[in-house]
Amino acid sequence: MKAPLKRSNAPIFWALFGAGGMLSALLGPMLVFITGLALPLGLLLPADTMSYPKMLAFAQNFIGKGFIFAIIALFLWHAAHRIFHSLHDIGIHAGTGAKLLCYGTALLGTLIAAYALLAIGF
Amino acid sequence: MNKRRPYVRSMDGWWRKNPFFVEYMIHEGTALFVAAYAGVLLAGLYRLSQGEAAWNSWLDALKNPWYIAFHLAALAALSYHTYTWFKIMPRTMPPVVVGGERLPGWVITAGGLAAAAASCLGLLALVWGMAR
Repeated sequence: MKAPLKRSNAPIFWALFGAGGMLSALLGPMLVFITGLALPLGLLLPADTMSYPKMLAFAQNFIGKGFIFAIIALFLWHAAHRIFHSLHDIGIHAGTGAKLLCYGTALLGTLIAAYALLAIGF
Repeated sequence: MNKRRPYVRSMDGWWRKNPFFVEYMIHEGTALFVAAYAGVLLAGLYRLSQGEAAWNSWLDALKNPWYIAFHLAALAALSYHTYTWFKIMPRTMPPVVVGGERLPGWVITAGGLAAAAASCLGLLALVWGMAR
């Protein structure tokens, strides 16, 4: 009997890439507008939208925690996968080191996000 | 050691010669902005966990003109990512068959873009409602 085919880990990374790509496609532009432009420039939204008490309450809320974690982690995994696969296109031979660097950065960011969200408490 | 020196064609500027690949490189390049924006948010989250003073200093930093310029560029990049994500979707998802006919690509693209517009407006309304 033949040995079973070695299972690839590619679908995991691809699923994270796809989930992050979908999330950033659906919400990315508005998130950037809200956190990066509207609030710093004082446009449209109430000035205290991201005040400390409000953001703390949001980050302590179960749904808010999940939202923040999903946005940061999936955006990172999406970008890591896409950058890793583009290295070849710009003439860099992408080996194990590049893979570790790309996915490792995403993993590190995910762990820091998880740590911060746990430190903020419930 | 190795005396053979096989010809390896240079990859310099290969993608600049064809508009299709220029577009491809730009839409792949949006990932740099997605990563950078996630980094900004991650820094904010970390500052939030450090307390009120740290959080407020992060909020103040976002008012820096360099951050504003970055976020303008990121807004353009992420909007472009939204556009290409759904433009490519007819080729990245399995065929959808409705009533025995394959759903045309433009319907999937238009549906995706409409969903993105609705999600963005929904998010703005939600934030607005929570902030009031």
